[in-house]
Order: sequence, then structure tokens, then C-alpha cells
Amino acid sequence: MKDVHKVIIVENLVKKFGDFTANDHLNFHVERGEIFGFLGANGAGKTTAIKILCGLSAPTSGRVEVAGFDVRTNAESVKKNIGYMSQKFSLYDDLTVFENIRLFGAIYGLSVSEIRKRSDEMLHRLGLVQERNRLLRTLSLGWKQKLAFSVAIIHRPGIVFLDEPTSGVDPVTRRQFWELIYQAADEGITVFVTTHYLDEAEYCNRVTVMVDGKISALDTPANLKVSYDCATMNDVFLKLTRPN
Amino acid sequence: MRILFYLLQKEFLQIVRNKTILRLIFILPVVQLLVLVNAATLDMKNLQISIVDHDHSSLSNRLVSELNASPFFEIQEVCDNVSQGKVLIEDGSSDLLIVIADGFEKSAFEGETGYLQLLANAVNSQQAQLGFAYLQQVAQQLLGNFSTEISGFTRDPAVSVASSYWYNPELNYKFFMVPGILVVLVSVVGMFLTSMNLVREKEMGTIEQINVTPVRKSTFIVAKLLPFLFIGLFELALGLMIGRFIYNVPMEGSLWLVFGVATLYLTGLLGLGLLLSSFSSSQQQVTFVSYFFLLVFILMSGIFTSVDNMPEWGQRINLINPLFYFIDVMRSILLKGAGFFDLWKPVLGISLLAVTLVTLSVLNYRKTS
Repeated sequence: MKDVHKVIIVENLVKKFGDFTANDHLNFHVERGEIFGFLGANGAGKTTAIKILCGLSAPTSGRVEVAGFDVRTNAESVKKNIGYMSQKFSLYDDLTVFENIRLFGAIYGLSVSEIRKRSDEMLHRLGLVQERNRLLRTLSLGWKQKLAFSVAIIHRPGIVFLDEPTSGVDPVTRRQFWELIYQAADEGITVFVTTHYLDEAEYCNRVTVMVDGKISALDTPANLKVSYDCATMNDVFLKLTRPN
Repeated sequence: MRILFYLLQKEFLQIVRNKTILRLIFILPVVQLLVLVNAATLDMKNLQISIVDHDHSSLSNRLVSELNASPFFEIQEVCDNVSQGKVLIEDGSSDLLIVIADGFEKSAFEGETGYLQLLANAVNSQQAQLGFAYLQQVAQQLLGNFSTEISGFTRDPAVSVASSYWYNPELNYKFFMVPGILVVLVSVVGMFLTSMNLVREKEMGTIEQINVTPVRKSTFIVAKLLPFLFIGLFELALGLMIGRFIYNVPMEGSLWLVFGVATLYLTGLLGLGLLLSSFSSSQQQVTFVSYFFLLVFILMSGIFTSVDNMPEWGQRINLINPLFYFIDVMRSILLKGAGFFDLWKPVLGISLLAVTLVTLSVLNYRKTS
């Protein structure tokens, strides 16, 4: 029986690199319209998991369904329905802002007029109208990250995956970035975001905490704070990752 | 098709903005064709010779001056004895030492066999053999003239060989080298640019953003191949113009055929470049591996040496050497005016390689690791 509310279903996901187990029997689901936070220290296995969900990496075993398609057998259908923003900035530095938007818009099958319309909208919202024809390499990291997010959702996907989108950007830009995430969620896009900033965990509807390749907690931030008897998500995180 | 157009637009924008590559595209063919064609000569000129004359006759003097007049030889020293001449060979200042035996003129007068001795530095065996052949020619001509002078009539030789050099009547080695060097040039530029381009996207991480889209593998590979195919054909045109206007290389056959076969050839070679880059994760790796393949292909291709002289197994390896086919095709079309039906074998070879390599590069490209 298919559950239309669950846009991501992960059952017993295992990913091994040789002897090393990066993801050890992960089980969770994400509901439509949620902002789902994926927390964990560096090396906990967050990026590995997000790459499997996006169809960039194949799982060793387990079942992963995204937007109603199995990532193992139907990765290309998954890709039509998702957006992805990599941890490493991965738009083209030697193309201009508009050229990047146009390229990805066209790859997702948008018409010329639609690309123009959405790019104008996007540049207005980001305050990048002046920078439309500047090469990306001349922009600051904060602007690049906001642009990368907007390009990732240019085709209005059902789900967007963000891998540490705010690492290395200043607090003000982080704040603005989260406003963009909320706007996307308001438009009905499910947001799957990894982070190691614990204050950002408070902005999510539900969060999971990954420790050494396993999920050690999954609930709303409020419930987690109650059940671990902590005042902040920071304390919850420390309690989970450093039990002693 | 529409996505292909936008991907191609992106590639060309990136190429045009990369000043180093642009300069390379324009300067490399000019430098290679101007320098290599002149340097990679197979002609033997100015062999350094030393002479020991034990005869001291007017005929031996004539031989010395004939040798001196020949463009092949340059007399370095006339020595008094053989050991003095040997020193010159040993220290490398002379390539050949010619010893004229005592009684050389006397035996010629009496119609007997005269003796010349040739000591050659045969480290370069080709040079030593050619030196021997040239010397024999000069001496025979001199003795023939001499016998005519003393007897007053010309002896008919038993066999007279008349030679006529087809396709390159003046034996201009540049006509032979220009098409070969041109193929090497087009291959180096095309293969390195293609393979490094794809690996650069891996290094920068931009490939991930492409791989997470529903773009088809074949579309992506074709978009990586076409720009460099275009650049390769441009290089070929530039090189042919240099060949035409600077070296006067004949262009007997159809240039359409040249560019048609070149398109097939480059498709295969760039396919190989893309295949190699799908195995590599850094530009260093792919450069090294491409260099290895190109070096083997170039040295086996028959650009400098005749493929017919190769051992059987070497000739069999050449069945999968795209350069071997294309150099043969280029020389045949330009110098002999060969048409499509004369060339169907190498063209078939090139086509099979192209189809195989491009298919493999698409199959081997992984959007999911």
C-alpha cells in the first residue's frame, strides 16, 4: 500500500566502502512539505546518505524510495523530481549568473520564456539583478550559496536536498538562507537538509541525529529536548554524540 | 536535442573564456608545422667525412674533389694515415673515413680492380648504409668517366635502369612529413583537450550537479565530444593552409574526403579520450594515460618508419591504431589523389574504431557511482 504522504522512504539502508560501513541500517521516512533536518558530526555519514537519496551513489543494500520511485532501479525518474545542492559549490564558476540559470533551466526542460521569467523572479528575490551578467567566480560565497539553492529548485521539484548549504557563510547570510528555505517550503517543496549548526536544527519540523553511520534519534526538536531533558538542541546533540 | 544545444553553448562559452586553451589552439599548429616538418628530416645531407689518400695521384685527387662537390658529403679533414682518421671517427667529429689504396690510379689505367676502404660510424645504421651507397655511386661514376677518357669510347653498361619517382617526383620529404605531422597535431590537441575537460568537471565537482539532473548520458557525452571535434577540424584546416602556402604540399584528392574521414577519425580518438577520462579522477592521471596511448600510436603509425618493415605482430597491433589509418589516408588523398573507393579499407577501420570507442565511452560513463 503506497503512502502518498511519505515522499521519502528509507528501509534498512546500508552503504559500505570496503570494510567501512558509512550507513548502517538506516530507517526513516520524510513527509510531504516537511523541513527534515539531518544532523551529525563530520564523517557521521550524512553526505553518503544524501547522495544515495539523490541517485548519485548506489546503496549496498536496503530499499530507498524517493518521490515514489526506487532509487536503485529508477534513478533517472527520481532525478526529474528532485533538486540537489552539493556540499561543494558546483555551479560553473566560468559562466555568468544568468548562463548558469539558463543551462540548468534548459536541462530540466523549461522553455526559453519560462527560464527568463523564473530567472528574473529569482534575481529579484536574491537581490542579484545587477550581478546577472557577472561571472560566478567574482561573487562572494554567501551569494553563490543562495544562487545554488535557487538553481536547485528552478524546476519546482517535489523535494530538494541540501547538503550543508550554510557551512562557511556568515550568520546574516545563514539567516537569509533559511528564509529562502521557508519560502520554498511554503511553495510546497519538501526540504531535506543536512547541517552541523545546531541552532538550525530548531528551524526544522523534524530532525534525525546520526552518529557513526547510525540514526540515534528522530523526532521534532521540541520532543527531543524533552526526552533528553535538555534546554537546547546543542545539549541534545552533545548527549547523543558524547554519552560519557 | 534542445538540451544538447544548451550543453554545447555552455562548452563553447567555457572554451572561449579559457585564454590559455585559445592561445594553444592557434599557436600550436603553427609552431609544430614550422619546426617539426623541417627538423624531422629523413634526407641525408652533409655527412662528415675524412679521407686518407695513400695514392696521391691525379685520379685520387679527382675523387676527393668529386666527394667534396657532392651535397651528401662534407670533407672534414684529409689525413696522413689511417690511425689519425680513426681518432676522428672515435671522437665523433667524422661519420665516415675513406681510405684510397696505393695504386688506385694505376689499376684504373690497367683496367684492374682498384680499392677503396670505407670505415663508417654505424651507431646510426641508416646513415652508415646511405653513406656507403653514395660513396659507391660517386666512385663508379668517376671511374666510368675516366675509362671513357682514356679509351675514347663509352662502354654500354649491361643493364640500364631508368627510374621515375611517382607522386613525389622531387623526393621532397616535406610532402611526406606535412600530412603526418598534421595528423599528430590534430590528435594531440583533440585528445588532450577532451579528456582533460571531462576530468576537470570531476575535479571541480560540477559534474555532480549535472549527474543529479535527468540529462541522458549519451547527450552529455556528445556535448563533450562535438566542441573538440570542431576544434580538431579547425586545426586541420589551419594546418592544411600552412602546408599549402608554406610547403606547397600538393593536394591532389578531394578536400571534402579529407574532412569527412577526419570527422570519423576525430570522433573515435575523442571517444578514446572520454573513455580514458571516465577511468581517471584527476587531470594528472588522464594526461599521463593519454600521453602513453598517443606515444604508442604515433610511433607505430608509420609517420617516421615504414609500417611494412614492422614485424607481423606490430602490424596486427596497428589494426586498432587510428593514427595508422588516418596518416595513410591523408598521404594517399593529398599526394596520390586517392578517392573513397581506393581507401575503403582504412575508412572502414576508422569507422569501426569510432563507433566502438564512442559507445564504450557512453556505456562507461557513470551518473551513479
